[in-house]
Amino acid sequence: MTTHAWLLLGLYLLVLLLAAKPLGCHIADVMEGRPSLAARLGGGVESVLYRLCGIRREEEMGWLQYALAILLFNLIGALAVYALQRTQAWLPLNPQGFANVSPDSSFNTAISFATNTNWQGYSGESTMSYLTQMLGLTVQNFFSAATAIVVVVALIRGFSRHTAKTVGNAWVDLSRITLYVLLPISLVYAVFLVGQGAIQNFDAYKDVTASATMSTQSLPMGPVASQEAIKMLGTNGGGFFNANSAHPYENPTPLSDFIQMLSIFLIPAALCLTFGRMVGDMRQGWAVLMAMTLMFVVMAIVAMVFEQQGNPLLSGLGIDQSITAFQPGGNMEGKEMRFGIADSSLFATITTLASCGAVNAMHDSFMPLGGFVTMWDMMLGEVVFGGVGSGLYGMLVFAVMAVFIAGLMIGRTPEYLGKKIEAFEMKMVSIAILVTPLLVLAGAAIAVMAADGIAGIANPGAHGFSEILYAFTSAANNNGSAFAGLSANTPFYNNLLAIAMWFGRFGVMVPVLALAGSLAAKKRIAPGAGTMPTHGPLFVVLLIGTVVLIGALNYVPALALGPVVEHLMLGPGN
Amino acid sequence: MKKLFRPAISLFILLSAVTGIVYPMAVTGIAQVVFPENAHGSLIVKGGKPVGSSLIGQNFSDPGHFWGRPSATSPQPYNGTASGGSNLGPLNPAFTDAVKSRIAALQAADPENPRPIPVDLVTASASGLDPHISPASARYQVARVARARSLPAATVAALVEKHTEDRQWGLFGEPRVNVLELNLALDDIR
Repeated sequence: MTTHAWLLLGLYLLVLLLAAKPLGCHIADVMEGRPSLAARLGGGVESVLYRLCGIRREEEMGWLQYALAILLFNLIGALAVYALQRTQAWLPLNPQGFANVSPDSSFNTAISFATNTNWQGYSGESTMSYLTQMLGLTVQNFFSAATAIVVVVALIRGFSRHTAKTVGNAWVDLSRITLYVLLPISLVYAVFLVGQGAIQNFDAYKDVTASATMSTQSLPMGPVASQEAIKMLGTNGGGFFNANSAHPYENPTPLSDFIQMLSIFLIPAALCLTFGRMVGDMRQGWAVLMAMTLMFVVMAIVAMVFEQQGNPLLSGLGIDQSITAFQPGGNMEGKEMRFGIADSSLFATITTLASCGAVNAMHDSFMPLGGFVTMWDMMLGEVVFGGVGSGLYGMLVFAVMAVFIAGLMIGRTPEYLGKKIEAFEMKMVSIAILVTPLLVLAGAAIAVMAADGIAGIANPGAHGFSEILYAFTSAANNNGSAFAGLSANTPFYNNLLAIAMWFGRFGVMVPVLALAGSLAAKKRIAPGAGTMPTHGPLFVVLLIGTVVLIGALNYVPALALGPVVEHLMLGPGN
Repeated sequence: MKKLFRPAISLFILLSAVTGIVYPMAVTGIAQVVFPENAHGSLIVKGGKPVGSSLIGQNFSDPGHFWGRPSATSPQPYNGTASGGSNLGPLNPAFTDAVKSRIAALQAADPENPRPIPVDLVTASASGLDPHISPASARYQVARVARARSLPAATVAALVEKHTEDRQWGLFGEPRVNVLELNLALDDIR
């Protein structure tokens, strides 16, 4: 690793951890209805909203009603996105005159954006009207982020309340997180992005010609910055353009890139401390955040090292892959010059650990072990920071699993934050943990056995299998990045991946809410001599061990057939 | 269940209006006032006509101009309406072949240049629209461009030096050269 890479990683961690606590406390205030600056400014809007919608804010919901409300809200969202795509040709704000999107692609995209996956089978600049982008996709960027945040807040209430029948009011929670957290940050962030060079307009595409000898170039336009801000902040990751955050109009400068990386982890990190604050013990939040941070640092270093080493197959061709003061060297295929190796590898690690899926470099062209890191990051279950909300609820599920394992080892009833962990909780935890690996492995198995599945492969050999494995890992974990060589905009992949995205999202979310309801109903027991402390280094290690072991055991055989084989084929003599 | 429908539908519509119409319009309004040039694509205008964007690369391939990163967009390189990378895997023979043909093209345009070619000049960018090359790649091309334009190499090298950007704030990203801006400056010399 270069000094520049170390400096970048160090600065990133510093700013992230400094920003996490104030934002985490703000989110706790907002969700618990305490006065905040944002609430003072927007309180009027909130009241009007409730009156128009017939929402009584003091009326709370049990977990099942909460889950139904969330499912209904997201179902409406998916239908709206589908309808917009299918009718965009007849609607305004379509200066390029794009046709209506095909049924299977619209279905895939609707599910994709409703589930915070933002897998993109289409190419934005040649498919979507400005209206679809802002009223369909931008809106879902807000709502899917809000959805997962309120679900983790409901789970936290499960720990912080006792002998309670309810976990909150879904409508109030959704409105508050959208109005008082996501919207104000996005507004400032979007203006900053325009300041760096991101575009924000409703113009038709512009034709430019540099000189008489050059062909004309058509420059894409659109309301990009407003979508870009929430795309990163909400760990959505669906680009306005096909090249996503590699596109200079989405991510124009190294500084905008740094802020984009920061904004991916910002809310997931802050929520750990929201958790600490709401359960009344900040140390619990810091312990979870430290476990995440440690795993992140290791993965980032591995990715940076392997991408910087470059491609041995290119040595001997008269190319300079070394790092000097005048070039970044390394594996530059599929990377942008302004980002080079360090920023691209760091971004790739962050975007795959968080279920963001935005890319500033093409993961398909990473070295085998660089690509391995991106896939492995997702296979950990998107719990190391993870998606906004979903990362923390996933991690808390693993924390319950960890105390359960520890309880088995010492022969005591496991408890977490004063709540006894019993059979029902462990059933919900098991479903939440197992549903994604099942979707990934079954989906990939179906695709490699079907002619339609094989037909999508772009690269030969082990890498082709990696493309399919990556697609299902990304979809079921709601990440949305891709080994983008795979031709996935076909009815086969559009439908199969949509199924993986939907169940990968709500197949976890519903058991988590059931867990929240069951925990909230329990009495709180005072910590005794046999209680394992869950805020110290021992617990951090145990938590990391649980996440890594479960991730590893599920996916090792599949990984061995993909990136591992590919890396071995790079070795001498091949 | 039934009593969930009214709040679900009405909240969806109202919050959609806030996040999907009011918010993007507000950003657009502020951007038009504060950063109007950026908001419309950082266009470079020459003689009253837009010649390009300082953020989007163009496809230079004649010996008298600096060449940018290879672009994998289709059907033609640097297609502004189809951004994207090659997505070729590191072991794919098609990738090594593409690199070899780029090396051949660079060497054919400048047969006497004995130096190894900087890797960014023979590998496709992620967006296919990368406006930059490394300072090493610019230096590699100085002799060729100078010869094609019958200019002293020192003049061209000085121009490259002038268009070399450091890391942002000395800290972020990589040192780089904006190819379109450099080429437009070259065209201004004569």
